[in-house]
Amino acid sequence: MKILVGVKRVVDFNVRIQVKPDGSGVATDGVKMSMNPFDEIAVEEALRIKEAGNAEEVIVATIGPKACQEQLRTALAMGADRAIHVLTDDEIQPLTGARILKALADKEEPQIVMLGKQAIDDDNNQTAQMLGALSHWPQATFASEVKIEGNTAIVTREVDAGLETLSIDLPAIISADLRLNEPRYVKLPDIMKAKRKPLEAIALADLNVEVAPTVKVIKTTAPAKREAGIKVGSVAELVTALKEKGLI
Amino acid sequence: MSKVLVIAEHDGANLNGSTARAVSCAADLGLDAVDVVVLAADGSAVAEQAAKITGVSTVLLVQNPANENAVAAILAPQIEALAADYSHVLAPSTTFGKDLMPRVAAHLGRPQISDIMRVESATVFDRPVYAGNAVITVEAPEGLVIGTVRTASYKAASNDGSASVETRSVDATLPSHTRFVGLESGGGGDRPDLQAAAKVVSGGRGVGSEENFKAIYSLADKLGAGVGASRAAVDAGFIPNDHQVGQTGKIIAPDLYMAFGISGAIQHLAGIKDAGTIVAINKDADAPIFEVADFGLVADLFEVIEELEKAL
Repeated sequence: MKILVGVKRVVDFNVRIQVKPDGSGVATDGVKMSMNPFDEIAVEEALRIKEAGNAEEVIVATIGPKACQEQLRTALAMGADRAIHVLTDDEIQPLTGARILKALADKEEPQIVMLGKQAIDDDNNQTAQMLGALSHWPQATFASEVKIEGNTAIVTREVDAGLETLSIDLPAIISADLRLNEPRYVKLPDIMKAKRKPLEAIALADLNVEVAPTVKVIKTTAPAKREAGIKVGSVAELVTALKEKGLI
Repeated sequence: MSKVLVIAEHDGANLNGSTARAVSCAADLGLDAVDVVVLAADGSAVAEQAAKITGVSTVLLVQNPANENAVAAILAPQIEALAADYSHVLAPSTTFGKDLMPRVAAHLGRPQISDIMRVESATVFDRPVYAGNAVITVEAPEGLVIGTVRTASYKAASNDGSASVETRSVDATLPSHTRFVGLESGGGGDRPDLQAAAKVVSGGRGVGSEENFKAIYSLADKLGAGVGASRAAVDAGFIPNDHQVGQTGKIIAPDLYMAFGISGAIQHLAGIKDAGTIVAINKDADAPIFEVADFGLVADLFEVIEELEKAL
Protein backbone atom coordinates (compact mmCIF):
# COMPACT_ATOMS: atom_id res chain seq x y z
CA MET A 1 0.00 0.00 0.00
CA LYS A 2 0.89 3.65 -0.32
CA ILE A 3 1.02 6.22 2.44
CA LEU A 4 0.48 9.89 1.64
CA VAL A 5 1.93 12.36 4.16
CA GLY A 6 1.04 16.04 4.22
CA VAL A 7 3.74 18.45 5.39
CA LYS A 8 3.69 22.20 5.99
CA ARG A 9 6.41 24.86 5.97
CA VAL A 10 6.11 26.96 9.12
CA VAL A 11 8.16 29.41 11.19
CA ASP A 12 10.63 27.29 13.19
CA PHE A 13 9.30 26.35 16.62
CA ASN A 14 12.23 27.97 18.41
CA VAL A 15 11.67 31.42 16.89
CA ARG A 16 10.11 34.06 19.14
CA ILE A 17 7.71 35.58 16.67
CA GLN A 18 7.07 39.32 16.39
CA VAL A 19 3.70 40.86 15.62
CA LYS A 20 4.02 43.65 13.03
CA PRO A 21 3.24 47.06 14.56
CA ASP A 22 0.59 47.82 11.91
CA GLY A 23 -1.42 44.73 12.92
CA SER A 24 -1.14 43.19 9.46
CA GLY A 25 0.38 39.94 10.66
CA VAL A 26 3.50 38.31 12.01
CA ALA A 27 6.97 39.19 10.72
CA THR A 28 8.23 36.28 8.60
CA ASP A 29 10.89 37.98 6.43
CA GLY A 30 14.30 36.49 7.12
CA VAL A 31 12.84 34.25 9.85
CA LYS A 32 14.00 30.62 9.98
CA MET A 33 11.45 28.26 8.44
CA SER A 34 11.16 24.52 9.04
CA MET A 35 8.88 21.56 8.58
CA ASN A 36 6.02 21.66 11.09
CA PRO A 37 7.23 19.44 13.99
CA PHE A 38 4.07 17.31 13.99
CA ASP A 39 4.53 16.66 10.26
CA GLU A 40 8.06 15.38 10.86
CA ILE A 41 6.52 12.88 13.25
CA ALA A 42 3.96 11.94 10.57
CA VAL A 43 6.72 11.38 7.99
CA GLU A 44 8.71 9.30 10.49
CA GLU A 45 5.70 7.11 11.26
CA ALA A 46 5.00 6.52 7.56
CA LEU A 47 8.63 5.48 7.08
CA ARG A 48 8.45 3.10 10.03
CA ILE A 49 5.27 1.50 8.66
CA LYS A 50 7.09 1.00 5.34
CA GLU A 51 10.21 -0.35 7.06
CA ALA A 52 8.06 -2.84 8.96
CA GLY A 53 6.91 -4.19 5.59
CA ASN A 54 3.39 -2.79 5.79
CA ALA A 55 3.70 -0.26 2.96
CA GLU A 56 5.54 -0.06 -0.36
CA GLU A 57 5.69 3.66 -0.94
CA VAL A 58 5.71 6.89 1.06
CA ILE A 59 4.64 9.99 -0.83
CA VAL A 60 5.00 13.42 0.75
CA ALA A 61 2.93 16.38 -0.35
CA THR A 62 2.79 20.05 0.45
CA ILE A 63 0.75 23.05 -0.63
CA GLY A 64 2.32 26.50 -0.93
CA PRO A 65 4.87 28.69 -2.65
CA LYS A 66 8.10 27.58 -4.34
CA ALA A 67 10.12 27.74 -1.11
CA CYS A 68 8.12 24.81 0.34
CA GLN A 69 10.26 22.54 -1.84
CA GLU A 70 12.89 22.74 0.91
CA GLN A 71 10.59 20.91 3.32
CA LEU A 72 9.72 18.31 0.68
CA ARG A 73 13.45 17.70 0.13
CA THR A 74 13.88 17.27 3.88
CA ALA A 75 11.12 14.65 3.89
CA LEU A 76 12.74 12.91 0.91
CA ALA A 77 16.07 12.94 2.75
CA MET A 78 14.36 11.33 5.74
CA GLY A 79 13.40 8.49 3.39
CA ALA A 80 10.17 9.35 1.56
CA ASP A 81 10.10 7.93 -1.99
CA ARG A 82 8.68 10.86 -3.92
CA ALA A 83 7.08 14.25 -3.44
CA ILE A 84 4.18 16.26 -4.78
CA HIS A 85 4.19 20.05 -4.57
CA VAL A 86 0.87 21.81 -5.11
CA LEU A 87 2.09 25.26 -6.10
CA THR A 88 0.24 28.35 -4.99
CA ASP A 89 1.12 31.73 -3.53
CA ASP A 90 -2.35 32.07 -1.98
CA GLU A 91 -2.90 31.48 1.72
CA ILE A 92 -4.64 28.11 1.94
CA GLN A 93 -6.97 27.57 4.89
CA PRO A 94 -7.67 24.08 6.29
CA LEU A 95 -10.91 23.32 4.43
CA THR A 96 -9.40 24.18 1.04
CA GLY A 97 -6.23 22.35 2.10
CA ALA A 98 -8.30 19.27 2.91
CA ARG A 99 -10.02 19.50 -0.49
CA ILE A 100 -6.61 19.64 -2.19
CA LEU A 101 -5.39 16.61 -0.21
CA LYS A 102 -8.62 14.81 -1.15
CA ALA A 103 -7.84 15.46 -4.83
CA LEU A 104 -4.33 14.02 -4.32
CA ALA A 105 -5.74 11.03 -2.43
CA ASP A 106 -8.24 10.35 -5.24
CA LYS A 107 -5.33 10.32 -7.69
CA GLU A 108 -2.81 8.33 -5.65
CA GLU A 109 -5.22 6.05 -3.79
CA PRO A 110 -3.19 5.69 -0.58
CA GLN A 111 -4.42 3.41 2.20
CA ILE A 112 -3.28 5.85 4.87
CA VAL A 113 -3.02 9.63 4.86
CA MET A 114 -0.78 10.78 7.71
CA LEU A 115 -0.80 14.39 8.88
CA GLY A 116 0.43 16.29 11.92
CA LYS A 117 -2.26 17.02 14.51
CA GLN A 118 -1.82 20.78 14.10
CA ALA A 119 0.45 23.31 12.46
CA ILE A 120 2.28 25.44 15.00
CA ASP A 121 1.60 28.67 13.09
CA ASP A 122 -2.21 28.79 12.75
CA ASP A 123 -2.77 26.22 15.57
CA ASN A 124 -6.02 25.19 13.85
CA ASN A 125 -5.97 21.43 14.34
CA GLN A 126 -8.53 20.88 11.55
CA THR A 127 -7.07 19.54 8.31
CA ALA A 128 -6.94 15.81 9.13
CA GLN A 129 -10.49 15.77 10.47
CA MET A 130 -11.77 17.73 7.47
CA LEU A 131 -10.09 15.31 5.10
CA GLY A 132 -11.72 12.48 7.06
CA ALA A 133 -15.11 14.05 6.43
CA LEU A 134 -14.54 14.78 2.74
CA SER A 135 -13.25 11.29 1.95
CA HIS A 136 -15.77 9.57 4.27
CA TRP A 137 -12.80 7.69 5.71
CA PRO A 138 -12.29 6.97 9.39
CA GLN A 139 -10.03 9.30 11.34
CA ALA A 140 -7.75 8.66 14.29
CA THR A 141 -6.48 11.99 15.53
CA PHE A 142 -3.73 12.78 18.09
CA ALA A 143 -2.16 9.34 17.60
CA SER A 144 0.55 8.18 20.01
CA GLU A 145 0.73 4.59 18.70
CA VAL A 146 -0.20 3.01 15.37
CA LYS A 147 -0.37 -0.71 14.70
CA ILE A 148 -1.24 -2.04 11.25
CA GLU A 149 -3.07 -5.36 11.22
CA GLY A 150 -4.07 -6.26 7.68
CA ASN A 151 -6.79 -3.86 6.56
CA THR A 152 -7.16 -2.37 10.00
CA ALA A 153 -5.19 0.13 12.05
CA ILE A 154 -5.23 0.00 15.84
CA VAL A 155 -4.51 3.52 16.98
CA THR A 156 -3.93 4.83 20.50
CA ARG A 157 -4.96 8.47 20.86
CA GLU A 158 -3.93 11.12 23.37
CA VAL A 159 -7.19 12.46 24.78
CA ASP A 160 -7.90 14.68 27.81
CA ALA A 161 -8.92 11.69 29.91
CA GLY A 162 -5.85 9.59 29.08
CA LEU A 163 -5.21 7.19 26.21
CA GLU A 164 -8.04 6.00 23.98
CA THR A 165 -7.73 3.13 21.50
CA LEU A 166 -9.69 2.93 18.25
CA SER A 167 -9.78 0.25 15.62
CA ILE A 168 -10.28 1.73 12.15
CA ASP A 169 -10.67 0.23 8.71
CA LEU A 170 -8.25 1.30 5.99
CA PRO A 171 -8.16 3.55 4.05
CA ALA A 172 -7.97 6.04 6.90
CA ILE A 173 -6.63 9.38 8.06
CA ILE A 174 -4.25 9.44 11.02
CA SER A 175 -2.94 12.61 12.69
CA ALA A 176 0.28 12.46 14.68
CA ASP A 177 0.72 13.66 18.24
CA LEU A 178 4.07 14.45 19.87
CA ARG A 179 4.69 11.09 21.48
CA LEU A 180 4.07 8.94 18.40
CA ASN A 181 7.80 8.71 17.70
CA GLU A 182 11.16 10.47 17.66
CA PRO A 183 11.83 11.64 14.08
CA ARG A 184 15.19 10.58 12.65
CA TYR A 185 17.98 12.99 11.84
CA VAL A 186 18.77 13.53 8.22
CA LYS A 187 22.28 12.48 7.17
CA LEU A 188 24.34 14.36 4.60
CA PRO A 189 24.47 11.54 1.98
CA ASP A 190 20.68 11.28 2.21
CA ILE A 191 20.35 14.98 1.49
CA MET A 192 22.40 14.42 -1.68
CA LYS A 193 20.27 11.40 -2.64
CA ALA A 194 17.07 13.34 -1.97
CA LYS A 195 18.01 15.81 -4.70
CA ARG A 196 17.58 13.06 -7.29
CA LYS A 197 14.26 11.76 -5.99
CA PRO A 198 11.14 12.64 -8.02
CA LEU A 199 9.37 15.87 -7.08
CA GLU A 200 6.26 16.61 -9.10
CA ALA A 201 4.97 20.18 -9.16
CA ILE A 202 1.27 20.74 -9.87
CA ALA A 203 -0.28 24.17 -10.24
CA LEU A 204 -3.22 24.51 -7.87
CA ALA A 205 -5.41 25.61 -10.79
CA ASP A 206 -4.81 22.27 -12.53
CA LEU A 207 -6.39 20.31 -9.67
CA ASN A 208 -9.83 21.90 -10.17
CA VAL A 209 -10.39 22.27 -6.45
CA GLU A 210 -13.08 24.70 -5.40
CA VAL A 211 -11.76 27.21 -2.85
CA ALA A 212 -13.87 27.02 0.31
CA PRO A 213 -15.41 30.06 2.01
CA THR A 214 -12.57 31.66 3.95
CA VAL A 215 -12.16 33.14 7.38
CA LYS A 216 -10.94 36.72 7.00
CA VAL A 217 -8.19 37.95 9.29
CA ILE A 218 -9.05 41.52 10.28
CA LYS A 219 -6.01 42.19 12.44
CA THR A 220 -3.17 40.59 14.33
CA THR A 221 -2.21 41.85 17.77
CA ALA A 222 0.33 40.97 20.41
CA PRO A 223 -1.28 39.25 23.40
CA ALA A 224 -1.68 41.16 26.64
CA LYS A 225 1.63 41.00 28.49
CA ARG A 226 1.68 39.74 32.04
CA GLU A 227 2.99 42.35 34.44
CA ALA A 228 6.49 41.62 35.64
CA GLY A 229 6.42 39.92 39.02
CA ILE A 230 8.79 39.93 41.94
CA LYS A 231 11.38 37.51 43.22
CA VAL A 232 10.90 36.51 46.83
CA GLY A 233 13.81 35.50 49.03
CA SER A 234 12.25 32.72 51.08
CA VAL A 235 9.35 30.33 51.41
CA ALA A 236 8.03 32.41 54.32
CA GLU A 237 7.85 35.48 52.06
CA LEU A 238 6.09 33.43 49.38
CA VAL A 239 3.53 32.12 51.84
CA THR A 240 2.84 35.62 53.15
CA ALA A 241 2.37 36.97 49.61
CA LEU A 242 -0.01 34.16 48.64
CA LYS A 243 -1.97 34.54 51.88
CA GLU A 244 -2.37 38.27 51.23
CA LYS A 245 -3.90 37.42 47.87
CA GLY A 246 -6.19 34.86 49.49
CA LEU A 247 -4.76 32.06 47.37
CA ILE A 248 -3.77 29.75 50.24
CA MET B 1 -34.25 33.20 14.15
CA SER B 2 -30.58 32.95 15.07
CA LYS B 3 -29.80 30.18 17.51
CA VAL B 4 -26.63 28.51 18.71
CA LEU B 5 -26.23 24.80 19.32
CA VAL B 6 -23.60 23.75 21.87
CA ILE B 7 -22.36 20.16 21.74
CA ALA B 8 -22.23 18.70 25.25
CA GLU B 9 -19.10 16.84 26.32
CA HIS B 10 -19.74 14.03 28.79
CA ASP B 11 -18.65 10.52 29.76
CA GLY B 12 -22.11 8.96 29.72
CA ALA B 13 -22.85 9.78 33.36
CA ASN B 14 -21.47 13.24 34.01
CA LEU B 15 -21.47 16.43 31.99
CA ASN B 16 -17.92 17.74 31.52
CA GLY B 17 -17.30 21.25 32.92
CA SER B 18 -16.11 22.37 29.48
CA THR B 19 -19.74 22.41 28.31
CA ALA B 20 -20.80 25.21 30.71
CA ARG B 21 -17.75 27.22 29.57
CA ALA B 22 -18.80 26.82 25.93
CA VAL B 23 -22.30 27.97 26.94
CA SER B 24 -20.75 31.18 28.39
CA CYS B 25 -19.16 31.88 25.02
CA ALA B 26 -22.44 31.05 23.23
CA ALA B 27 -24.28 33.53 25.46
CA ASP B 28 -21.84 36.29 24.37
CA LEU B 29 -23.09 35.91 20.78
CA GLY B 30 -26.34 37.62 21.82
CA LEU B 31 -28.58 35.37 19.77
CA ASP B 32 -32.21 34.33 20.32
CA ALA B 33 -31.47 31.02 22.02
CA VAL B 34 -28.73 28.72 23.26
CA ASP B 35 -29.53 25.02 22.92
CA VAL B 36 -27.35 22.13 24.08
CA VAL B 37 -27.33 18.72 22.43
CA VAL B 38 -26.44 15.57 24.36
CA LEU B 39 -25.51 12.65 22.12
CA ALA B 40 -25.39 9.49 24.19
CA ALA B 41 -26.43 5.86 24.43
CA ASP B 42 -28.42 6.61 27.58
CA GLY B 43 -28.12 10.31 28.27
CA SER B 44 -31.03 11.35 30.49
CA ALA B 45 -28.79 11.99 33.53
CA VAL B 46 -26.42 14.12 31.45
CA ALA B 47 -29.34 15.98 29.87
CA GLU B 48 -30.67 16.83 33.35
CA GLN B 49 -27.30 18.35 34.24
CA ALA B 50 -27.18 20.32 30.97
CA ALA B 51 -30.71 21.65 31.61
CA LYS B 52 -29.45 23.32 34.80
CA ILE B 53 -26.83 25.45 33.01
CA THR B 54 -27.95 29.08 33.20
CA GLY B 55 -28.92 30.52 29.85
CA VAL B 56 -29.77 27.26 28.09
CA SER B 57 -33.18 27.26 26.37
CA THR B 58 -33.58 23.65 25.31
CA VAL B 59 -31.56 20.48 25.74
CA LEU B 60 -31.81 18.11 22.81
CA LEU B 61 -31.28 14.49 23.80
CA VAL B 62 -30.22 12.20 20.98
CA GLN B 63 -29.98 8.62 22.18
CA ASN B 64 -28.49 5.81 20.13
CA PRO B 65 -26.48 2.77 21.24
CA ALA B 66 -23.85 3.88 18.68
CA ASN B 67 -23.23 6.97 20.84
CA GLU B 68 -21.89 4.92 23.76
CA ASN B 69 -18.43 6.40 23.18
CA ALA B 70 -17.70 9.77 21.62
CA VAL B 71 -16.39 8.73 18.20
CA ALA B 72 -16.18 11.71 15.85
CA ALA B 73 -17.08 9.82 12.69
CA ILE B 74 -20.29 8.58 14.35
CA LEU B 75 -21.33 11.80 16.10
CA ALA B 76 -20.58 14.12 13.17
CA PRO B 77 -23.38 13.00 10.81
CA GLN B 78 -25.92 13.40 13.63
CA ILE B 79 -24.79 16.97 14.35
CA GLU B 80 -24.86 17.76 10.64
CA ALA B 81 -28.51 16.69 10.59
CA LEU B 82 -29.31 19.05 13.47
CA ALA B 83 -27.29 22.03 12.20
CA ALA B 84 -29.92 23.18 9.70
CA ASP B 85 -31.93 24.84 12.49
CA TYR B 86 -28.99 26.87 13.78
CA SER B 87 -26.82 29.85 12.83
CA HIS B 88 -23.93 28.74 15.06
CA VAL B 89 -22.65 25.37 16.27
CA LEU B 90 -20.04 25.41 19.05
CA ALA B 91 -18.14 22.82 21.06
CA PRO B 92 -15.44 23.15 23.70
CA SER B 93 -11.89 23.15 22.36
CA THR B 94 -10.99 20.01 24.29
CA THR B 95 -9.69 16.87 22.56
CA PHE B 96 -13.39 15.91 22.19
CA GLY B 97 -14.34 19.12 20.36
CA LYS B 98 -11.11 19.35 18.37
CA ASP B 99 -11.61 15.83 17.02
CA LEU B 100 -15.29 16.25 16.21
CA MET B 101 -16.01 19.77 14.97
CA PRO B 102 -13.78 20.00 11.87
CA ARG B 103 -15.44 16.79 10.67
CA VAL B 104 -18.84 18.46 11.06
CA ALA B 105 -17.64 21.66 9.40
CA ALA B 106 -16.13 19.98 6.34
CA HIS B 107 -19.27 17.96 5.63
CA LEU B 108 -21.24 21.17 5.69
CA GLY B 109 -18.67 22.93 3.49
CA ARG B 110 -17.91 25.47 6.22
CA PRO B 111 -14.59 26.67 7.63
CA GLN B 112 -14.08 26.42 11.38
CA ILE B 113 -12.96 29.03 13.91
CA SER B 114 -10.77 27.14 16.41
CA ASP B 115 -10.17 28.20 20.03
CA ILE B 116 -12.45 31.23 20.24
CA MET B 117 -11.15 33.36 23.13
CA ARG B 118 -13.38 36.41 22.71
CA VAL B 119 -16.60 37.23 20.89
CA GLU B 120 -16.69 40.67 19.29
CA SER B 121 -19.91 40.09 17.36
CA ALA B 122 -21.83 37.06 16.11
CA THR B 123 -19.34 36.76 13.25
CA VAL B 124 -16.13 38.36 14.61
CA PHE B 125 -13.90 36.52 17.07
CA ASP B 126 -10.44 36.61 18.61
CA ARG B 127 -8.33 33.48 18.58
CA PRO B 128 -4.69 32.72 19.48
CA VAL B 129 -2.07 31.64 16.94
CA TYR B 130 1.67 30.85 17.17
CA ALA B 131 1.33 29.21 20.60
CA GLY B 132 -0.53 32.23 21.92
CA ASN B 133 2.21 34.67 20.89
CA ALA B 134 -0.22 36.50 18.63
CA VAL B 135 -3.97 36.99 18.65
CA ILE B 136 -5.90 37.28 15.41
CA THR B 137 -9.29 38.90 15.02
CA VAL B 138 -11.20 36.97 12.38
CA GLU B 139 -14.47 37.35 10.57
CA ALA B 140 -16.41 34.23 9.63
CA PRO B 141 -17.91 34.19 6.11
CA GLU B 142 -21.66 34.61 5.75
CA GLY B 143 -23.67 31.55 6.73
CA LEU B 144 -23.41 28.89 9.39
CA VAL B 145 -20.61 29.54 11.91
CA ILE B 146 -18.79 26.51 13.33
CA GLY B 147 -16.33 26.99 16.15
CA THR B 148 -14.58 25.59 19.18
CA VAL B 149 -14.31 27.53 22.42
CA ARG B 150 -11.03 27.96 24.30
CA THR B 151 -12.31 26.89 27.71
CA ALA B 152 -9.56 28.73 29.64
CA SER B 153 -10.98 32.03 28.32
CA TYR B 154 -14.45 31.50 29.77
CA LYS B 155 -15.85 30.94 33.24
CA ALA B 156 -18.45 28.20 33.46
CA ALA B 157 -22.04 29.52 33.23
CA SER B 158 -23.79 29.15 36.58
CA ASN B 159 -26.15 26.41 37.51
CA ASP B 160 -29.62 27.77 38.23
CA GLY B 161 -31.29 27.15 34.89
CA SER B 162 -34.28 24.97 34.15
CA ALA B 163 -34.29 24.24 30.44
CA SER B 164 -36.69 21.74 28.93
CA VAL B 165 -35.31 18.45 27.66
CA GLU B 166 -36.56 17.28 24.26
CA THR B 167 -35.79 13.81 22.99
CA ARG B 168 -34.86 13.92 19.33
CA SER B 169 -34.26 11.27 16.77
CA VAL B 170 -32.02 12.18 13.89
CA ASP B 171 -32.00 10.71 10.45
CA ALA B 172 -28.37 10.01 9.65
CA THR B 173 -26.41 7.11 8.23
CA LEU B 174 -23.72 6.13 10.70
CA PRO B 175 -20.47 4.52 9.52
CA SER B 176 -19.19 1.18 10.83
CA HIS B 177 -15.53 1.78 9.94
CA THR B 178 -14.52 3.06 13.38
CA ARG B 179 -14.70 0.98 16.56
CA PHE B 180 -13.96 2.11 20.11
CA VAL B 181 -11.61 -0.35 21.80
CA GLY B 182 -10.92 1.17 25.20
CA LEU B 183 -9.85 4.07 27.35
CA GLU B 184 -6.95 3.93 29.74
CA SER B 185 -7.22 6.83 32.14
CA GLY B 186 -4.10 8.58 33.32
CA GLY B 187 -4.92 7.86 36.93
CA GLY B 188 -5.60 11.38 38.17
CA GLY B 189 -7.49 9.80 41.08
CA ASP B 190 -9.63 12.09 43.19
CA ARG B 191 -7.62 15.23 42.38
CA PRO B 192 -9.49 18.10 40.76
CA ASP B 193 -9.73 18.04 36.97
CA LEU B 194 -6.82 20.02 35.55
CA GLN B 195 -8.97 22.15 33.25
CA ALA B 196 -11.43 23.12 35.99
CA ALA B 197 -9.11 23.31 39.02
CA ALA B 198 -8.75 26.63 40.87
CA LYS B 199 -5.20 25.68 41.81
CA VAL B 200 -2.65 23.69 39.88
CA VAL B 201 0.74 22.43 41.03
CA SER B 202 2.96 21.52 38.11
CA GLY B 203 6.29 19.77 37.72
CA GLY B 204 8.91 19.76 34.99
CA ARG B 205 12.17 18.09 34.08
CA GLY B 206 13.69 19.52 37.26
CA VAL B 207 11.60 17.15 39.37
CA GLY B 208 13.94 14.42 38.15
CA SER B 209 11.95 11.19 38.36
CA GLU B 210 8.55 9.53 38.67
CA GLU B 211 9.40 8.82 42.31
CA ASN B 212 10.20 12.48 43.00
CA PHE B 213 6.82 13.51 41.57
CA LYS B 214 5.28 12.19 44.80
CA ALA B 215 6.36 15.45 46.40
CA ILE B 216 4.33 17.36 43.78
CA TYR B 217 1.26 15.15 44.41
CA SER B 218 1.63 15.59 48.13
CA LEU B 219 1.71 19.39 47.91
CA ALA B 220 -1.19 19.35 45.45
CA ASP B 221 -3.29 17.28 47.86
CA LYS B 222 -2.51 19.68 50.67
CA LEU B 223 -3.67 22.61 48.52
CA GLY B 224 -6.61 20.77 46.93
CA ALA B 225 -4.92 21.40 43.61
CA GLY B 226 -4.80 19.61 40.27
CA VAL B 227 -1.47 18.29 39.03
CA GLY B 228 0.11 19.49 35.80
CA ALA B 229 3.37 18.83 34.00
CA SER B 230 5.60 20.12 31.26
CA ARG B 231 6.20 18.13 28.09
CA ALA B 232 9.70 17.25 29.32
CA ALA B 233 8.27 15.61 32.44
CA VAL B 234 5.75 13.62 30.39
CA ASP B 235 8.31 12.56 27.78
CA ALA B 236 10.66 11.43 30.54
CA GLY B 237 7.87 9.19 31.85
CA PHE B 238 7.54 10.98 35.21
CA ILE B 239 3.77 11.42 34.75
CA PRO B 240 1.05 10.37 32.22
CA ASN B 241 0.38 12.47 29.11
CA ASP B 242 -3.03 13.77 30.19
CA HIS B 243 -1.28 16.02 32.71
CA GLN B 244 0.62 17.96 30.04
CA VAL B 245 0.03 21.70 30.05
CA GLY B 246 0.92 23.79 27.00
CA GLN B 247 0.27 24.58 23.34
CA THR B 248 -0.33 20.95 22.49
CA GLY B 249 -1.53 19.77 25.88
CA LYS B 250 -4.11 21.42 28.09
CA ILE B 251 -4.68 25.17 28.18
CA ILE B 252 -5.64 26.10 31.73
CA ALA B 253 -6.55 29.22 33.68
CA PRO B 254 -6.46 28.42 37.42
CA ASP B 255 -6.36 31.17 40.07
CA LEU B 256 -3.00 29.84 41.23
CA TYR B 257 -0.39 28.04 39.12
CA MET B 258 2.75 26.79 40.84
CA ALA B 259 5.55 25.65 38.53
CA PHE B 260 8.29 23.51 40.06
CA GLY B 261 11.38 22.79 38.01
CA ILE B 262 9.81 24.08 34.79
CA SER B 263 12.06 26.29 32.63
CA GLY B 264 9.15 27.89 30.74
CA ALA B 265 9.46 27.07 27.03
CA ILE B 266 7.18 29.11 24.71
CA GLN B 267 5.03 26.01 24.21
CA HIS B 268 4.49 25.57 27.95
CA LEU B 269 3.75 29.25 28.60
CA ALA B 270 1.00 29.03 25.95
CA GLY B 271 -0.91 26.82 28.35
CA ILE B 272 -0.78 29.05 31.45
CA LYS B 273 -0.93 32.64 30.19
CA ASP B 274 -4.39 33.20 31.66
CA ALA B 275 -3.60 31.88 35.12
CA GLY B 276 -4.46 34.35 37.91
CA THR B 277 -1.18 34.14 39.80
CA ILE B 278 1.88 32.25 38.58
CA VAL B 279 4.50 31.10 41.08
CA ALA B 280 7.80 29.71 39.80
CA ILE B 281 10.34 27.76 41.79
CA ASN B 282 13.52 27.00 39.89
CA LYS B 283 17.21 26.62 40.66
CA ASP B 284 18.14 28.55 37.51
CA ALA B 285 17.66 32.28 38.10
CA ASP B 286 17.68 32.86 34.32
CA ALA B 287 14.85 30.41 33.52
CA PRO B 288 12.31 32.10 31.21
CA ILE B 289 9.45 31.09 33.53
CA PHE B 290 10.51 33.97 35.83
CA GLU B 291 9.56 36.46 33.06
CA VAL B 292 5.88 35.57 33.50
CA ALA B 293 5.84 34.59 37.18
CA ASP B 294 4.14 36.90 39.67
CA PHE B 295 6.26 35.38 42.41
CA GLY B 296 9.57 33.70 41.72
CA LEU B 297 11.81 31.85 44.11
CA VAL B 298 15.29 30.71 43.11
CA ALA B 299 15.79 27.60 45.20
CA ASP B 300 15.83 23.82 45.30
CA LEU B 301 12.25 22.72 44.65
CA PHE B 302 12.25 19.83 47.13
CA GLU B 303 13.37 22.05 49.99
CA VAL B 304 10.70 24.57 49.04
CA ILE B 305 7.95 21.92 48.90
CA GLU B 306 8.98 20.61 52.32
CA GLU B 307 8.97 24.08 53.86
CA LEU B 308 5.70 25.00 52.11
CA GLU B 309 3.97 21.93 53.48
CA LYS B 310 5.10 22.85 56.98
CA ALA B 311 3.92 26.42 56.56
CA LEU B 312 0.46 25.49 55.26
